[in-house]
Amino acid sequence: MEDTDLVDLEETKLPGVGLRHDFTTARGRRIGVISTRGGERELLLYSQDDPDACHAVVDLDPDEAEVLAELLGQPRVIERLARLREQIEGLATEGIYLGDDSPYVGKTLADAAIRSRTGASVVALVRNGEVTPSPAPSQEFRSGDKIVVVGTQEGVRATAELLNKG
Amino acid sequence: MHTAALLIELGAVIFGLGLVGRLAGRLGISPVPLYLLAGLAFGAGGVIPLNAPEGFLDAASEIGVVMLLLLLGLEYSAGDLLGNLRRQAPVGVLDLFLNGLPGAAFGLLLGFGPIGALAMFGITAVSSSGIVAKVLADLGRLGNRETPSILGILVLEDLGMAVYLPILTAVLAASGVWEATGSVLIALACLAVALVVALRWGSVISKFVSAGSSEVTLLRVLGLALLVAGVAEQLHVSAAVGAFLLGISLSSDLEEETHHRLEPLRDLFAAVFFVSFGLSTDPSTLPPVLLPALALVVVGVATKLITGWFAAKRAGIAVPGRIRAGAALIPRGEFSIVIAGLATAAGVDPRLAALAAAYVLVMAVLGPVLARFADPWGRAYVRWRRERGATTVRQRT
Repeated sequence: MEDTDLVDLEETKLPGVGLRHDFTTARGRRIGVISTRGGERELLLYSQDDPDACHAVVDLDPDEAEVLAELLGQPRVIERLARLREQIEGLATEGIYLGDDSPYVGKTLADAAIRSRTGASVVALVRNGEVTPSPAPSQEFRSGDKIVVVGTQEGVRATAELLNKG
Repeated sequence: MHTAALLIELGAVIFGLGLVGRLAGRLGISPVPLYLLAGLAFGAGGVIPLNAPEGFLDAASEIGVVMLLLLLGLEYSAGDLLGNLRRQAPVGVLDLFLNGLPGAAFGLLLGFGPIGALAMFGITAVSSSGIVAKVLADLGRLGNRETPSILGILVLEDLGMAVYLPILTAVLAASGVWEATGSVLIALACLAVALVVALRWGSVISKFVSAGSSEVTLLRVLGLALLVAGVAEQLHVSAAVGAFLLGISLSSDLEEETHHRLEPLRDLFAAVFFVSFGLSTDPSTLPPVLLPALALVVVGVATKLITGWFAAKRAGIAVPGRIRAGAALIPRGEFSIVIAGLATAAGVDPRLAALAAAYVLVMAVLGPVLARFADPWGRAYVRWRRERGATTVRQRT
């Protein structure tokens, strides 16, 4: 799991405009976002020739910004859970891989009845890098799925056992 | 009969401004110089003399100044002002003196007297934050790394105005040296008190005005602005500064929506202010001051380029960004006219108004054009450096 602290995010006040956040990616591109007080966002891609100038600027209204944030933010659900765990004492989260030999491959979330048997809750399902937050009871499991559960330490451990051994 | 004439002339003026504003939008320039031209054309001795309903226009243009400064104050919170002062004070001082002193010298050379020179100092020193902010947004440069330096200078100039305007007003109104000193001290004391109030109790004032519907809030803010401006004028602090300080104290807590509601009012009254400044300037006084105005333009472009260069260099920006920063600061506009208006109303040499009008006309149009050209210049510089670097490498091998 990547740590957000590794990204050196710079915050700059733009008086009369809003706030600018920017950082350099691991591959050397500098990107940023301006948040205006009216809720509009500007997506900034800095130029490679002149590191002080923007190569492209995309204006986003509040709705568009939200859509983009959702698209970019989905795989981060797990990271957010990790942060949540730090905040609530005794709360455990884990991503449990479903192996080929799991008795629940091909079964649904409702079949597993995880909540009633272990007390832990399934909050997301990760399949091929795509995240389904709060999957429906009819959600079918496939081998290779990562099932993200939240609960007490024992509940989470019991779920891992249940899912892989039955 | 009187009402009909008033409405027709007023309607014609405002409708004309609408047409002119559209033209400005098409050309991609600030409407301020066109408003001034319209005023010059309609005024006494103009192409189409208009028997303007002066009482109304005078009142409306006073409100225009109040609104311009109220909204300017609303842009920046007291924290912004002090934060920038702490970080960028040397740049702010350099900006004001480097750009203001040549103007003051011109004022003395042209025989405007010491008070006229003081007014010229302000007219040439202050960039138009309205035009600069618009140019930066239009050119997609808000995200550029030199932009915080540019905006910081604008903030400091506005803070400088808050000190400068009361001094100017006091000096303009006073009859003797002692009276002037006294008024200046009172003005500066008021400024200090207002800043402390803004920092400490800004949220209380905001709560007081922003109760109820947004319509009620609008009326309260507007009413309070005019009241504060009037009291400030009475104390010789200048109505403009009173409105500006009120704006600062309200800025951090007032809702964005109120801000948006005030903007059209400012646009309307400020337009009337620029026109009525044009109206009160006789176009026949323009040609004699044209040469000094052009000389001032050349100096004013150079000094802002130096200011921007220095400010951006301080922030660790490379050469192309320094050129962009300097060029972006060139436009002068609304505040130069506000200062010239104050000076003319107090009976300073009428040539000063003509000089200021000519100066702003050129600067407001030329500034954005130069800002646009800063990009190719910067790129050309980078290319030149690269080629030179390449040749030195080749020579070495």
